[in-house]
Amino acid sequence: MNNVVANAEQEPLVRIRNLSKVFGSTYAVDNISLDIEEKGFFSLLGSSGCGKTTLLRMLAGFETPTEGRIFIDGKDVTDLPPYERQVNMMFQSYALFPHMTVADNIAYGLKQERMARPGRDERVREMLSLVQIEKLGHRKPHQLSGGQRQRVALARALAKLPKILLLDEPLGALDRKLREQTQFELVNLQERLGITFIVVTHDQEEAMTMSSRIALMREGRIEQVDSPQRMYEFPQSRYAANFIGNVNLFDGVVTSQSGDQVLVDSEEAGGQLCVRHSQPMTVGMPITVAVRPEKIRMVQAGDDLPNQMQGVIREIAYLGDESIYHVELASGKRVKYTQPNVQALAELPLTWGQTIALGWHADRCGLLAQ
Amino acid sequence: MTGYGGGAGALAGLRARWRRLTVGRWLVTGIPWLWLVIFFCLPFLFILKISLSEPALAQPPYLNWIRETADGLVSIVVNFGNYGLLWDDSLYVSALFGSLQVAAISTLLCLLIGYPMAYAIARAPTHLRMPLLMLVILPFWTSFLIRIYAWMGILNTNGILNNFLLWLGVIEQPLEIMHTSLAVYIGVTYAYLPFMILPLYATLSRLDPVLLEAAADLGARPAKQFLTITWPQSVPGVIAGAMLVFIPVMGEFVIPDLLGGPDSLMLGKLMWTEFFNNRDWPVASALAAVLLVVLIIPFLLLRHYESRAEANGEEAA
Repeated sequence: MNNVVANAEQEPLVRIRNLSKVFGSTYAVDNISLDIEEKGFFSLLGSSGCGKTTLLRMLAGFETPTEGRIFIDGKDVTDLPPYERQVNMMFQSYALFPHMTVADNIAYGLKQERMARPGRDERVREMLSLVQIEKLGHRKPHQLSGGQRQRVALARALAKLPKILLLDEPLGALDRKLREQTQFELVNLQERLGITFIVVTHDQEEAMTMSSRIALMREGRIEQVDSPQRMYEFPQSRYAANFIGNVNLFDGVVTSQSGDQVLVDSEEAGGQLCVRHSQPMTVGMPITVAVRPEKIRMVQAGDDLPNQMQGVIREIAYLGDESIYHVELASGKRVKYTQPNVQALAELPLTWGQTIALGWHADRCGLLAQ
Repeated sequence: MTGYGGGAGALAGLRARWRRLTVGRWLVTGIPWLWLVIFFCLPFLFILKISLSEPALAQPPYLNWIRETADGLVSIVVNFGNYGLLWDDSLYVSALFGSLQVAAISTLLCLLIGYPMAYAIARAPTHLRMPLLMLVILPFWTSFLIRIYAWMGILNTNGILNNFLLWLGVIEQPLEIMHTSLAVYIGVTYAYLPFMILPLYATLSRLDPVLLEAAADLGARPAKQFLTITWPQSVPGVIAGAMLVFIPVMGEFVIPDLLGGPDSLMLGKLMWTEFFNNRDWPVASALAAVLLVVLIIPFLLLRHYESRAEANGEEAA
């Protein structure tokens, strides 16, 4: 009965149900259930040891789950060996075959499915031009730069036109400039080919730039699955708020709720904070108010900000495009506040020891359970 | 030249350092060269010289090239007859082929047995690899001769193997293994197996296991993974191991002498007979020279192709 309902609202491409993987006595992946839609750029984000790579390796078939099932395209693939799955992987170390030329590396998967010679050569050419290394087909991997190797690895994994491409830290070994450029190329490739990309990364910026959806992982579990925008604006936990971007957290207690306004009494903030929140809250419940540094601004005359506080500038980090100010409140709590450096030399430059007033609107902050 | 302020003094210092550097370089490359000259080139020249002289009933049992004749003239007599004899007498030719056959077959046997062993050691958990390698090397701690004698005890008509098989009831009559070429193969394969395993282990342990995952991911079944990934990358180890087995087995004397029978004719044994039983040093030396050439030609060819392949690789870059 349930199947009918599930099919009616379009089956997700990947369905992971209650998946666990135990190494020794530790759960690398702990009872994860996850749906991944077709034709998206899906990121598994988390710090090292959170289980994201293990999850990816189970999708590829290199690790056997201790418990749970994996369905791809509605078919249970949990017990299929890697060479029988329509999934290809780009390895973190690239894993290029050192004794084969670039063209032979790319053709390897096609040879395994016994594709005839003319079609195979044609596909190899297509792949080489797709990743813009047309002239490198006859080279051996050790004759390539890191960026070129990354492209070969990508071309080899794409050559069989898999349903799903798994990428394990695809940009990890590249330098910063090349990484930024390659991020956009990966996204363009994904959109052009319509292949579902599942990427493992520890770099939140990378995940934000590339993904259509992000699954934030922590200690073998999934913390939150959302679009990058929602993940940033509406984190559902302190961990998620902290992991992606900067955030100021004020612990407090709910004192009242009227309409969609919640008042929180926070000792750290030195008074009442006002947050727009539509879900009903219990008065007296401990809660955390989260506000991003760029949502805060300096209070000017005539401003009607419900959340205001005064503090002393203790640290300034000048980043070029913007500056981060660490402002110490009367409670001793430090607030991070960023300001874009619009002018080359600000007319009223803020300096160490200066007292400033900061504030933000009720709809610019959120509530997190403690 | 004096731009860096040190002037002539600094330049002289640099020169002195350069001189010391070249002296060091000469020392480093010179010692193996010296070794090669003293322990290989010179003895080989002696052998070559003896092989070109005439045998004689004397001490040493051959005649010098340079001789004073009765009328006071000096004559130089070079005798190529020993090589002619080797060619004419089918005994020597068949001994050469016998050696080639034994060396080739036992190299193959060592490869067939050694490859899986080396692979297993290379893939064993890290803490087990060293003990396993020790087990491979352990027999070297006992004298080679004693180990071959032990095989005599095993393979004898009245030996451990036959007694065991008789006790099991597998056979009714003791097997005639001792003094056959089978015994030679068993002995040679046993004795030279470590020389195959060690270089194979060295190449196989350097192989990145993630390459096999990549091959599996691209659709290759385990057998195909081995043929297309593991084997091609282990070829240098296979060649090294094969040479370490093939070359010494070609000249092997002890094993065919102790375990082999009349039908196991090998160059090493023949050389021994010529040197010590027949006291025909010139023919024995000619045999040794031929053996060296037979061994060195494939080696040089291999080096030639290897360096050409390397040159090709660089050209492509």
